[in-house]
Amino acid sequence: MAMSKQRGFPRGEGPWPWLTAGSVAISLLMLGALLLLLAVRGLGHFWPAPVTLVELQDGSRFAGMAVKEAPLPGGGGEERLYHTANRDLEGSPWTWVEVATIEAERHPDDLVVLERQRWGAFHGRLMALRGGDDGVEGQRKVGREDALVEGEAAWQSLVARLAELEALRNELARLRDDTILPLASRLADGENATLAAELARAEARLRELQMTMESGEVLLESVDGTRLWQPIEGIVRAQRPNAMSVPDKLAAWGQGVWRFLAEGPRAANSAGGVWPAIFGTVLMVLLMSVLVAPFGVLAAIYLNEVAHQGRMTRLVRIAVRNLAGVPSIVYGVFGLGVFVYGIGGSLDEWFFADTLPSPTFGTGGLLWASLTLALLTLPVVIVATEEGLARIPDHQREGALALGATRLEMLTRVVLPMATPAMLTGMILAVARAAGEVAPLMLVGVAKLAPQVPVDGNFPFLHLERKFMHLGYHIYDTAFHGSDVQAALPLAYATALLLVLVILGLNLTAIFLRHHLRSRHGRLPRH
Amino acid sequence: MSDLMPPAMAPSGTILAFKREASCLEIEGLCLAYGDKTALRDVTLRVPRHRVTAFIGPSGCGKSTLLRALNRLHDLNEDVVRQGRIRLEGSDIHGPEMDVAQLRRRVGMVFQAPNPFPMSIYDNVAFGLRLQGGLRKRQLDDAVEEALTAAALWEEVKDRLRASAWTLSGGQQQRLVIARTLAVGPEVLLLDEPASALDPISTLKIEELIRNLKASLTLVLVTHNMQQAARVSDYTAFLQQGELVEYGPTDSLFTNPRLARTENYITGRMA
Repeated sequence: MAMSKQRGFPRGEGPWPWLTAGSVAISLLMLGALLLLLAVRGLGHFWPAPVTLVELQDGSRFAGMAVKEAPLPGGGGEERLYHTANRDLEGSPWTWVEVATIEAERHPDDLVVLERQRWGAFHGRLMALRGGDDGVEGQRKVGREDALVEGEAAWQSLVARLAELEALRNELARLRDDTILPLASRLADGENATLAAELARAEARLRELQMTMESGEVLLESVDGTRLWQPIEGIVRAQRPNAMSVPDKLAAWGQGVWRFLAEGPRAANSAGGVWPAIFGTVLMVLLMSVLVAPFGVLAAIYLNEVAHQGRMTRLVRIAVRNLAGVPSIVYGVFGLGVFVYGIGGSLDEWFFADTLPSPTFGTGGLLWASLTLALLTLPVVIVATEEGLARIPDHQREGALALGATRLEMLTRVVLPMATPAMLTGMILAVARAAGEVAPLMLVGVAKLAPQVPVDGNFPFLHLERKFMHLGYHIYDTAFHGSDVQAALPLAYATALLLVLVILGLNLTAIFLRHHLRSRHGRLPRH
Repeated sequence: MSDLMPPAMAPSGTILAFKREASCLEIEGLCLAYGDKTALRDVTLRVPRHRVTAFIGPSGCGKSTLLRALNRLHDLNEDVVRQGRIRLEGSDIHGPEMDVAQLRRRVGMVFQAPNPFPMSIYDNVAFGLRLQGGLRKRQLDDAVEEALTAAALWEEVKDRLRASAWTLSGGQQQRLVIARTLAVGPEVLLLDEPASALDPISTLKIEELIRNLKASLTLVLVTHNMQQAARVSDYTAFLQQGELVEYGPTDSLFTNPRLARTENYITGRMA
């Protein structure tokens, strides 16, 4: 009896345990597959892939990374897609070749991959560098024109120059943000000779830095022999992937991921990083939380603790629950009509009349987007808080009242502390919903490109009227609106992974907070 | 016990004493209804000062409702309709000069399920005192120790006053709730089936506490455990279907009930 029970379904339960466990397993598998796909496609992009030098039977040659293979349209063989870069030389950075026509494939160590500010990547050889790293500071410009370094030495000095450029860019940014901008704003307040002199000195230094950065060029040659001069300033990153060891590649990968996280986008969002979008997403979600929490909690307290529990309250409760099901784009339209045009337009007329007709608050911005999302997530917070309040046993309330507490004291000292975990659950759900929402944001303030984050050192520090970037919209934009979708697709994957991680991080913060609050006193005893 | 006692003697003696008791609470013609459902019908009784008075009766007889009327806990429920008068030391508890928060500090209440707040033991006891405000840290410390001692809990918790009250056992939690109530210095303590959720040993401790407290307080106890009423109370009121059926000294009510309805209930022959 016992043996047969072990082999078949448990007696009296039939296939149900298997069915339920199966659904859990399938859900987990799908989730895992999703994250794996995003991680592999997204993070794999930053790994320095080897460059292949391909020679075709007709004698032509190119250097590129194989991306994918597909059967030929007419059948009979495969064709392969290479990322060959060099958009300025060849027109298209992609090349399809029939696999059968490939004569030879080699991986020479001296092939360089340059990531450039303009024209995308370059694949080929580094022939020479003009304007080498020789002079004393201040004399750099002199003599550099003549110095021509070639071969391996050119590569070494290019690497050194790029590191130097990075330092120069940082110094430039520091000079601009920490010295020139504050000085300029202080000068705007009142004329002052010493300040003006200081500013002039700083600006002179700025010009000097810019001059230093602009000097220097490299001579590049593609594998089919075309040559061009490339200013060093326009090079973001230089690699020789075929010559790199695994630790080198790992370091380059880490640096690539870091740049993706820390830098702004380039080339119409098809390259570069997503830092403004991360910042915008997190800031908007935090603002949304700050706005939605008090309203939601107060509304829930009214519905559960103050209002007479009659038909009207029940109706309101049903209405609130149904609001959670309204499509988000409807909230977007509402936000555009009421917040942006209505309230924002009025604010402009009252306080910013001198800048009209160019709008200040009367256009989409961080504040309106946060408000719209707060409205969108309000029902979630109300419902979760109300459920938390309803779970608190009446004898807790009566215990407080019996000690001479007023209703307000009972609420603030006993009921609300006990309902805090439920409120945080509501906030977790709200954040999860808001951070992934894109459709309403397109109407009320998200921008394709807003490299300046809405927080800076200028009064009032947090610029609520500014447009901002958002990871969700960034995915949409890179994946569908770039000039070169194929090149931007890995970035879309990486951004999607990042969006998931950001939401996860925000949720984990709230979950940790809730756990902390719960563990202080243990769970509600069940009587 | 009843066998050894001359049938008429002892009860009549206690009845005389009962009539002479000074009253703390006087309930006069109290009628109470939840909407159109009547819960109490014309209840009139006096609760003697510094005695334990027990309300007994079957479930739904209105004994808890009567108890909760004594500190106006029904005020929260808008459906409750009340008639009649309740006096605490001579003054009407529904009178215009009676502050309800003040009343509830004078008439403390302990509930059926232990309901410590989700705070530390110390904060629980200090809760009522902090509501009143105006106490220094030292005074608060002393008041907390005094209340916990009075509730016979001090020795058990004095080393972990900062621990969560929810870490205590059920019986300890109930004594903590009593301490919390005692801390605000009530004149009357209402106990709504205080031991029904506890194990026998904790129950005995609570009962002993009740007997000790009557030196300084008037206690009103609701219970459906008749042995408990017999063990701890001086006077017992038997309620049925919202009416006060019989009220008198506990020994005479249990040994020599005047009415057949009372006798049927206490001997377990419920109609």
